Amino acid sequence: MDINLRHRIRARLLKAAQMVTLFIAMSIICIPGLWVVLNSFRPTVEIMAKPPVWIPNELNLDHYRAMFGGVGQGGVPVLQYFTNSLIISITSTLIAILVGMAGGYAFARYRFKGKGAIFIGLMLTRAVPGVALSLPLFIVMARTGLIDTHIGLIIVYVAMNVPFTIWLIDGFFRQVPRELAEAAEIDGCTRWQAFWKVEFPVARAGVASAGIFAFLTSWNEYALASQLTRSTFSKTMPVGLRDFTSEFTINWGGMCALAVLMIIPALILTFLVQKHLIAGLTFGGVKG
Amino acid sequence: MAQVHLKNVSKSYGALEVVHGINLDIDHNEFVVLVGPSGCGKSTTLRMIAGLESITGGDVLIGENIVNDLPPRDRNISMVFQNYALYPHMTVGENLGFSLKIAGKSQDQIDAAVAEAAAILSLTEYLERKPGALSGGQRQRVAMGRAIVRHPDVFLFDEPLSNLDAKLRAQMRVEIKKLHQKIQTTIVYVTHDQVEAMTLADRIVIMRDGHIEQQGTPLEVFEAPANTFVATFIGSPPMNLLDGIVQQDGTLQLGGGVTLNVPQQYTAKTRPGQKVVLGFRADNLMPCGHSLPMEGESAEIEMTVVLSEPLGTETLLFGALAGQEVQAKMLNPRPVSNGERMMFNLDLTRVHLFDGESQKSLR
Ligand SMILES: Nc1ncnc2c1ncn2[C@@H]1O[C@H](COP(=O)(O)OP(=O)(O)OP(=O)(O)O)[C@@H](O)[C@H]1O
Ligand SMILES: [Mg+2]
Repeated sequence: MDINLRHRIRARLLKAAQMVTLFIAMSIICIPGLWVVLNSFRPTVEIMAKPPVWIPNELNLDHYRAMFGGVGQGGVPVLQYFTNSLIISITSTLIAILVGMAGGYAFARYRFKGKGAIFIGLMLTRAVPGVALSLPLFIVMARTGLIDTHIGLIIVYVAMNVPFTIWLIDGFFRQVPRELAEAAEIDGCTRWQAFWKVEFPVARAGVASAGIFAFLTSWNEYALASQLTRSTFSKTMPVGLRDFTSEFTINWGGMCALAVLMIIPALILTFLVQKHLIAGLTFGGVKG
Repeated sequence: MAQVHLKNVSKSYGALEVVHGINLDIDHNEFVVLVGPSGCGKSTTLRMIAGLESITGGDVLIGENIVNDLPPRDRNISMVFQNYALYPHMTVGENLGFSLKIAGKSQDQIDAAVAEAAAILSLTEYLERKPGALSGGQRQRVAMGRAIVRHPDVFLFDEPLSNLDAKLRAQMRVEIKKLHQKIQTTIVYVTHDQVEAMTLADRIVIMRDGHIEQQGTPLEVFEAPANTFVATFIGSPPMNLLDGIVQQDGTLQLGGGVTLNVPQQYTAKTRPGQKVVLGFRADNLMPCGHSLPMEGESAEIEMTVVLSEPLGTETLLFGALAGQEVQAKMLNPRPVSNGERMMFNLDLTRVHLFDGESQKSLR
């Protein structure tokens, strides 16, 4: 057989194998999500069927209708939860990004006493599992009257996110050559202007990706939120999912419908900044 | 246009002093090149003039004013960095106009100034591009353009050509020289390349270990180096240096039994028994019959050639004299085989004597 042909066949086979592997991996990642979406559109009978029904017989919006409906008909205060989630996630992300920029910039550009120790300390806080802190947190929040408030959760999420944003943003500012700010200063900028007009725009992709991570962390967080919120006034969407469980039954369809509502903003956000995110991740990934 | 004065300027990082009280007076429109080996404090000195580095002692004056504590933006200087430091998120045009925009100039003024600078540096067709889409030489020109749009009092260059290949470097060297003639501004230029220093400078300042070793016109430092360091640093190939001792009878005893007359211009300045260093350039040691006519005093020396480097119009010969390697130059070259013994003429009117202890010129 022609040696070129053999190589071509081998390359084709490898390509096919690659595709199959990729398909399997993607299926494993995506099927739970797709299952949730699917379930939100079909009757409970079908969801509970054993063996599982893969191809739906009937799709409808009943679960969504019920969810937005009155309290009696399985309705939950979706809009309120959504607003809570949005307020808490956006505020905590903004604060975490601001603190992260200040801290990351300081770590990247300045020398100060105890820099290494502080940095390691920050990282160590990430090593503590959040749930382990839930009881102490609960007590502190209860004493300070912050249980069941937006502010309480915002503080918790800022604390959770700040070490991470500092670390990430530090890496991005390290990539920005010092000379850029110096050139800007010579061109007439103050330090402050040099930062906002040159260094920040150059590192913007990195800051954006840190922002997405922080936002998604807050948006998806369940364990602490379930401890620290009680009422409609402050419950976030992940906590709201529990409204669908009652003493004896679980309303899977409704839960899935709410879950879909939760996924959508995260998806939109990720798509919007995807370009930045990828640029940011590789930009920081070269030397971190 | 302004004078720049450094008065006893020093710089320390913690306990480590890296620039030791240097004095330097730079005139209007003068092109001064700071040159020296890596780590000698050239960049530090330049950055202190720019205000990017605080000064530990002494005074920096630009024009009539002491600027020790002024931030860079108040010094009316511009600087070209080794890595260009172009703003990657702005187009070439925005890069060029940035300083004017910060200064609050109107868009019309900015456009006019940018167009003028772009024309001077042939950048007009690239104004819409981002720096990432430019070649090294073009980026270099943008960096220079950004410096000239503001018509600063002083230009500072920190090794602006060191990231370019040899050919482009030679080209940009000429452009910088032309630029200086066109815009008539005081320039302080840092390089560790002595060829750049020789070709560009009105005055060369040679630094070593945070001290100024010598300053003068390129010809002065080439023809009258103040010490052995300058002698070997300036000129290519580097000056040959041989240790020797002055004898009672007015001869100079080099190692390996080689003896020369102490050159006339130095007889009064040496004493018997003094340790000296004899320095001469390859251009002044030429094989008999392949040299320029020598008018004054000269010495004949026999030497074995160990290696030859043909350069076309001339050939560099490497040989051993008094136990040390020396280089000689052969004009109208003929092929030379390694190991060949030849007679050489040393032009004694052009040799240098340095004190063996202080390494300073005895001139
Ligand atoms: N931040 C710093 N802390 C301590 N020492 C420093 C610092 N910056 C520079 N130095 C030291 O100061 C000396 C002079 O540095 P400088 O950058 O001026 O050298 P240079 O002449 O520009 O060399 P090169 O040709 O390599 O650029 C060097 O020995 C360097 O190690
Ligand atoms: Mg330097």
